[in-house]
Amino acid sequence: MIRDITIGQYYRTKSWVHNLDPRTKIISTILIVLSLFLFGGLWEYIAAGLFVAIIIKVSNVPLKYIIRGLKPIVILLLFTAICQLFFTKTGTVVWDLGFTRIYSVAIRNAILFTIRIIFLIIVTSMMTYTTTPNSLTDGLEVVLAPLRIFKVPVHDMAMIMSIALRFIPILIEECDKIMKAQMARGADLESGNVIKKAKNLVPVLVPLFISAFKRANDLALAMESRCYQGGEGRTKLHPLKYRKADYIAFSSIVIFIGVQVGIKYFL
Amino acid sequence: MSMVQATDLVHEYIRRDEEGNVESINTALNKLNINVEKGEFVAILGHNGSGKSTFAKHINVLLKGSEGTLYVNGYDAADKKNIWNIRQSAGIVMQNPDNQIIGTVVEEDVAFGPENIGIPTDEIIRRVEKSLDKVGMLEHRYESPNKLSGGQKQKVAIAGILALKPKCIVLDEPTAMLDPRGRKDVIETVTWLNKEEGITVILVTHNMDEVVAADRVIIMDKGAVVKEGTPREVFEDIDGLTKLKLDVPQVTKIGDNLRKSGIPISKVILTVDELVEEIATIANVISK
Repeated sequence: MIRDITIGQYYRTKSWVHNLDPRTKIISTILIVLSLFLFGGLWEYIAAGLFVAIIIKVSNVPLKYIIRGLKPIVILLLFTAICQLFFTKTGTVVWDLGFTRIYSVAIRNAILFTIRIIFLIIVTSMMTYTTTPNSLTDGLEVVLAPLRIFKVPVHDMAMIMSIALRFIPILIEECDKIMKAQMARGADLESGNVIKKAKNLVPVLVPLFISAFKRANDLALAMESRCYQGGEGRTKLHPLKYRKADYIAFSSIVIFIGVQVGIKYFL
Repeated sequence: MSMVQATDLVHEYIRRDEEGNVESINTALNKLNINVEKGEFVAILGHNGSGKSTFAKHINVLLKGSEGTLYVNGYDAADKKNIWNIRQSAGIVMQNPDNQIIGTVVEEDVAFGPENIGIPTDEIIRRVEKSLDKVGMLEHRYESPNKLSGGQKQKVAIAGILALKPKCIVLDEPTAMLDPRGRKDVIETVTWLNKEEGITVILVTHNMDEVVAADRVIIMDKGAVVKEGTPREVFEDIDGLTKLKLDVPQVTKIGDNLRKSGIPISKVILTVDELVEEIATIANVISK
């Protein structure tokens, strides 16, 4: 059913990570990403690999699912690896190909950079796998709140996000209806090259936009009639609350960074 | 005391061309006078363009009149200070159930109103439970609104308004997009809220079968009241209603036709049960 589509890449299961506060997950992800950039040695990556493996284990997201998520970036990975391989010119020459030489540091860098990108993708997608788009929005609203000093409309952006999430399935259904209606009147939506296909979509997009604007107008009225007056003085049905699990998560991040610092400076 | 009091209310939709010159003026409300008492169930009838929906939006200060006065729950709608007081005392349910649900989960949507006026969390939870219970939707609390039927969505919308503890609910053609079952369900809920909870109900509609439950029917045409009275009084004049492009309920018409063909039906019929009773009495008299 078109109504059941999941938006984002949330993986529905029960786990300790799923139950964490979204703020915890957002902040932890940022910290881990930073640590991946700051601590770039072999041993640091082995420690990071262990930590990522533990996160995957406790999140109950199957490893297969995560690896499938890496597929789209294979080309990016190859590209960075090759660039590193050919353009790094330090260390000893390992291999003389005639037109260019491969150096020892280049091989090391190629491997470490590939691992770094893989870790980055896994860590950030772990956040989206274990957090529903809605609680992610809630979390972002709080985490980004300091940006309000720079006049960034954080609450409004979060509200726009959550309304968009609510209306995506409705608009998809509507799009489906309009396409069928236009096809019933003889519109050809499938044949032709890319430009032709794009042109064929105009009779679908125009009614879709008109109806979206109408819906937006209705929604604005409904929100106003229910006393919506922006983020100022709003309370929450489910306010975000840190629990014991969140403190454990934060402590483990601190320990992880401590281990990384230890490896970097004392090993 | 009156809940809604409109005196000589005027609303004009002004259409301008690109240079800002007035192209046409459409007077939606033309010196409208309506008074709704507290606890009343009033149905406002009228064909398309009679100004009934415009009036419904006025009660919620979603629109403002150019002339005349409007008091809602004692607050003057022309005064900007009163907007939030009025919107808390009178909520509006609109036609399209999809376009007025804001939350992605039923309970979140019901909580939207109380969240906006800064009610503390535990009180919000209490209000959400109570409101959903009143419209009979408590079991769907954690579901996505996309999976509900049209009638259920309208009931969630009603619960969302109840959570603001209003004195009055305005329903602007709430059943126009529903199937017969959803229609019946919504009207029953609204009637119950009026009778048991004492909430003033203003039902804007063009469906005649829905106004039978109302205490009073107001018929609007061209932005003004043309007829007013109990459903029975209003449905007496079938020809007059037809001139206003309005229909009477099917049973009322059957009763009227029977009377015209010589069967002594004594009163204006509003429900099927009434007609059955009437015919049974007549049959009894004949058989004796």
